[in-house]
Formats: sequence, C-alpha cells, structure tokens
Amino acid sequence: MELIETVFVRNNLIVAFAVVGVTIWFSYLIANKFTHGRIHGSAIAIALGLVAAYFGGVATGGNTGVADIALLGGIGLMGGGMMRDFAIVATAFGVQLAELKKAGIAGVISIFAGVIVSFLVGAIIAILFGYTDAADITTIGAGAVTYIVGPVTGEAIGASNAVITLSVAAGLVKSILVMIGTPLVAKYIGLNNPQSAMVFGGLMGTTSGVAAGLAATDPKLVPYGAMTATFYTGVGCLLGPSILFFIVSGIY
Amino acid sequence: MIVYGVALLSACLIVGMLIGEALGIALNVEANVGGVGIAMLFLVFASNSEKFKSLTEGAAGSGIKFWSAMYIPIVVAMAARQNVAAAVDGGMLALSAGVAAVVVSFALVPVLSKLGNGPIEDENDGQGAI
Repeated sequence: MELIETVFVRNNLIVAFAVVGVTIWFSYLIANKFTHGRIHGSAIAIALGLVAAYFGGVATGGNTGVADIALLGGIGLMGGGMMRDFAIVATAFGVQLAELKKAGIAGVISIFAGVIVSFLVGAIIAILFGYTDAADITTIGAGAVTYIVGPVTGEAIGASNAVITLSVAAGLVKSILVMIGTPLVAKYIGLNNPQSAMVFGGLMGTTSGVAAGLAATDPKLVPYGAMTATFYTGVGCLLGPSILFFIVSGIY
Repeated sequence: MIVYGVALLSACLIVGMLIGEALGIALNVEANVGGVGIAMLFLVFASNSEKFKSLTEGAAGSGIKFWSAMYIPIVVAMAARQNVAAAVDGGMLALSAGVAAVVVSFALVPVLSKLGNGPIEDENDGQGAI
C-alpha cells in the first residue's frame, strides 16, 4: 500500500493523465452504447468529473474536489488554471480573423450585458431573501457574476465573511450549471456558430463553465466562447465594487 | 521542431497574461483583464501570418495541435477539482442566484447573437445545425 502511495504521489501528474484518459474512454463508451451519440462523450466525462469532485470534497473537506485526495493530487495540476489557460489558448490555433471580426461588437456588448444582467438577477434574489444591506446585496449580485467577482467585490466594499462565502457558492452554482446545461440548451438558443459562441462566452463569463460547456457541445466553438469569456471576470471586478455598488447603495 | 510551436504558444500566453495583469493594475482591478483572450488573439495573428509560418506549420504546428487536443481532458480534470461540495452547501440563496443568472443569460444568447448577423448569414448558420 505504501509502495503504491509513494509511486502515485511522486508521479501525480502522470497518474492524472491515466485516470482522465480512462474516464474519457469510459464516457465515450457509454455515450456511444447507451445514448447512441445523442449525449456527447465529453459531456458525460465532465459530469463524472463533477460528481467525483463532490464526493472528493465531502470526503476530504478540502476545496479542490478530487485533487484533495493524495493519490489523485495530479488532477489539481492538470485541471488547474495554468494548464486550462494554456490549452484554451491552443484552441485558438487555426481560428480565422474574419470570424472574430464578424461578432466583434456583439461580443463586446455581450460582456457588459452579461455582467450587468447576472448582477441584477443575483441582487434581486438577495433582496427576495431579505437582505437589506447595500454591501451584502452587491456582494451576492457580484457572486452571480462569477465566483471570483463575488469575493473581490465583497472584500473591497467590506461585506461580511458569511456573505462572501455565499457569493462564492452562487458563482460555483452558476459555473457548474453552465458546464452541464450548455449542451442541453445549445439547440434552443442557436449556439451552433462562431458568432453565437462569442456572444455566449460574453454573457456567461465563467471561464470554466464556458470552457466545459462548449467542449461538451461542439469543440470547434471553444475558442470563440473562451475569447470573450476571459474578459468577463475583469469587467465584473471593474464594475462590481464601483458603479454597481454605487447604484445599489443609492437605492438602499 | 515540435518545441517551436509549443514555445510560440507559451510566449503568446505569457505576453497575454502580462498585458492582462497590466490592464488590471491600470484599471485598479484585482484581476487579470482578458489575458487569455489577448493571448488567443496573438496566436490567431501568428497562425494567419506568413512571417510565423516556420513556427506554425509542419512539426511545430503539431506542438500546438497537441495542446489544443488536450483541451477536453484538461477540462475534465478541471471539472474534477471544482468545489462542488461548497456549491451544494451554499443553500437555497446561492442555488437560486446561480440558477436564475444562468437561465436569464441563456435566454439572452439568441437576442444578442442577432446583433452580429445579417439576415443572409442567418440562413447559412441554420444549416450548420443539421
């Protein structure tokens, strides 16, 4: 047992490659055998990853899902921000400039629209749940933007720790729902071309959610959605503690 | 050489991230503003330009394509390291805020997509769905 642990921990990234490879093989097997390709294999793999992350988190009490289990620590590196961003940039290889220009303005508008709409929805829900403090309402609204904007905003305007934690949870719910929901609704929202993918990325904004959601829908759309999504958190951090907070404190 | 493509990809990401961080500081924001997006633009420019042909074609190109193909496995690993337990623990408020934000944003996708599309392009896009 100790022998296995030593080898697995010492080579954790390699273990992660093998584990993820087996997971994807199994997911595609299920996708082809049981759904006849109607559900994308990668959608199943991502869902399996999320389920595993839940049990990993419950079992260890840590906050990086499966990666908190010592033997699977390499998943943390493989799925961490550095590798994610590297692979996302690689997907831009072969993208045509003309496609980007076509949706340029719609893409920019969607980033601002996405931040403001998500914030409003989150703030309204906070009010419905009985919050009356401007800082609390703003922080929860910012959490509905992304789980990074929530704490950045909350700390800037002095919200309580409990509310900041709630805002992170709201952002996590959003991110996970985008991962799972995107392939299911893609048909109905016209998400089948580079332009709508750019708008989608700008509106949703959660880089992880958009990255996984588009991968499970049509990998060809990934670079377009990711391109706009990566500006979203920055815009959210810009608007949250400033204009959006001023507006909320003007009302409350 | 495969490593030339990988090096180009790395350089794009590093320069993009540096610009993103600088933008964040300039805007007084505690976040990287679009670093990855800017890096992607650099790679798009490089792969569409004659000057960078030796870094994007042949073996060098496969160095970039490898990482592009590793994207889905990396995303699966990313899903497996999300703090799903905390999302579940957030209770009704977090759940409602997250769900409502996603539903409203989904609904806006077709509305804003029309901004970038003329009527003729819409027909072509429709065929892509089949």
